[in-house]
Amino acid sequence: MCRISPHSFAPMSGLAQYELQQGDGGASVLALSGPYLVSTVGAVDAELRALEGPIAKVDLSGLSEIDTVGAWIACSLATEHEAEIVGASDRATRLISALDGTRGEEEIAAPRLPVWERVPAAMGEKVFGARRGVIGVIGFLGALIAATGTLIRHPRRFRWLALVRQLELVGVSALPIVGLMSFLIGIVIAQQGAVQLAQFGAETLTVNLVGRITLRELGVLMTAIMVAGRSGSAFAAQLGTMKLTEEVDAMRTIGIAPMEALVIPRILAAVLMMPLLGFYASGVAIIGGAVIGDVMLGIPFWTFLARIQDVVPIYDLWVGLIKAPVFGLIVALAGCYHGMQVEGNSEQVGLRTTMAVVSAIFAVIVIDAFFAVFFTEIGWG
Amino acid sequence: MAEDETGRQLGRHERYRGDYPIVVEGLKNQFGEQVVHENLDLKVRRGEILGVVGGSGTGKSVLMRSIIGLQTPTEGDIKVFGRSITKADPDAEIGVRNRWGVLFQGGALFSTLTVGENVQVPLKQFYPEIRPELLEEIARFKTVLSGLPEEAASKFPSELSGGMKKRAGLARALALDPELLFLDEPTAGLDPIGAAAFDRLTRELKETLGLTVFLITHDLDTLHEICDRVAVLADKRVIAVDTVPNLMQLDHPWIQEYFNGPRGRAALTAQALDELRRHMDNPIAAHAVKALDNSHDKRA
Repeated sequence: MCRISPHSFAPMSGLAQYELQQGDGGASVLALSGPYLVSTVGAVDAELRALEGPIAKVDLSGLSEIDTVGAWIACSLATEHEAEIVGASDRATRLISALDGTRGEEEIAAPRLPVWERVPAAMGEKVFGARRGVIGVIGFLGALIAATGTLIRHPRRFRWLALVRQLELVGVSALPIVGLMSFLIGIVIAQQGAVQLAQFGAETLTVNLVGRITLRELGVLMTAIMVAGRSGSAFAAQLGTMKLTEEVDAMRTIGIAPMEALVIPRILAAVLMMPLLGFYASGVAIIGGAVIGDVMLGIPFWTFLARIQDVVPIYDLWVGLIKAPVFGLIVALAGCYHGMQVEGNSEQVGLRTTMAVVSAIFAVIVIDAFFAVFFTEIGWG
Repeated sequence: MAEDETGRQLGRHERYRGDYPIVVEGLKNQFGEQVVHENLDLKVRRGEILGVVGGSGTGKSVLMRSIIGLQTPTEGDIKVFGRSITKADPDAEIGVRNRWGVLFQGGALFSTLTVGENVQVPLKQFYPEIRPELLEEIARFKTVLSGLPEEAASKFPSELSGGMKKRAGLARALALDPELLFLDEPTAGLDPIGAAAFDRLTRELKETLGLTVFLITHDLDTLHEICDRVAVLADKRVIAVDTVPNLMQLDHPWIQEYFNGPRGRAALTAQALDELRRHMDNPIAAHAVKALDNSHDKRA
């Protein structure tokens, strides 16, 4: 590609420099001097490329140092102006001949369509993606039910240890944060409620407000959101990473069904722990309300708690406890499903974890709305 | 800035001209109770390919991680290009990072970037003034120089085979035209043909670019074919650094088993055969090759 003639040596300087000399016969000689390295050529590269021809020779005898990038530039210049390279040192000659045949036009970035094709393509991708997603979720649910059936027929295959471990991670370790959150929520409801109810002289109804709203709605709902953030995301990230590192494939080849070993313990743990956590959250919230009652409203702490028994109908407790396992199922299902969908690279893990949390919280709130209407209709209002 | 043996500061654009780009003295690495290295000394000569061998768990990778500053040793000093790196913060700018390239075992390519973009990462990090057009050209020719087809530049690492990932990792390691190249088991997991090609590539690049290569390997063929010297790690230190023929004379049980075991012999025979085949015009050599081939066929 480049014609090379041998060389002579020259003095050093700290910067990459060049000079266009008028040679004999009208043809000019481009003399490069100083170090032509990846660290120095950035400064002169644009100017060199902009040089007007014709250039007959590229003289490298003034170069103090050269690396592949310097050789590349010399070679490009020579090719572009159909010039001859002269004065190349042994090293330069070696580098230039090594670069022979590496010139290409291929794009570096991943192929990218123009915007008018990209936007419809992305929309279409979303539509088909949604369809695939629905089919995927239904398929996952089916595989889950099938695996559950297998486990019921072969109960010895059930992984108790994994379940206990997940119960601890989902439930026990969540106690401090869920407790703190619920306590604060109880305080806020009681304090804000009391201010509003005081306008009607009905401060004592604060007890009803705190008791009913936490047991029916907020205790379980906030817990579900917290579990989605804590455990749903952890499920997705764990399973996703295991898929990337081929651990899931390794389990399959050993004969361990990932559904049985990974997914069912997690889902079961969430379903079992959600009612307990939800009830605990409601209880702590009521205590928070009682503290405010004592401090702000002059209702003694124990009187507040005793009043709860009188004013909160028992079905409020059932409403909360019935919703809780359903929410747990949704959260764990979203986490495990998205985790198992990870493929390709680490970016997918992050993406799927986000999707798991967002879709879980969204689904929980939608289902909660249905539950609200349903329980009112059956007279548990 | 790095400096040479005489203590002179090495200029920013100057190549290292000292004799030993890597000097390890009295290295000790300890993890909890477990001592991996103790009193380990090693000098790597400029312009050589130094193979590092040792049984599993003798700390070959730990040694490499110590030298490139990812692992702070418990004791001892490591100088790279005359600059002590053991006292520096692992993330601090120490003036030698643009002088070395590292190929990790799995390639360690950034999975969200294409191969070409992977090559551009170190370039952009150190030389932000380089124009995007030149960056692209550099990424492209480095990719090809590492033995990948041109179209691989726009592919993501997940779309590449194991061997191609290693070559892509090599392209990134060579992005800054380093003087020192670290290779961690470059031929592990490659088929024999791919491994031989990678060895040849390493040798060629070393000669063309004037590299010093620190190469961790288990591959006996690699040791015989391309290593100028081999350092043997055992008993928590480097027990010998020498050429393969000289090492085979040594009376250490591990070295004997390693080089003179069945696999070591096979690699040696293969190398001898190769050598003989180059002199087929000599009747004695031709006869020897024939005899060796025949004996091999009979055994098979």
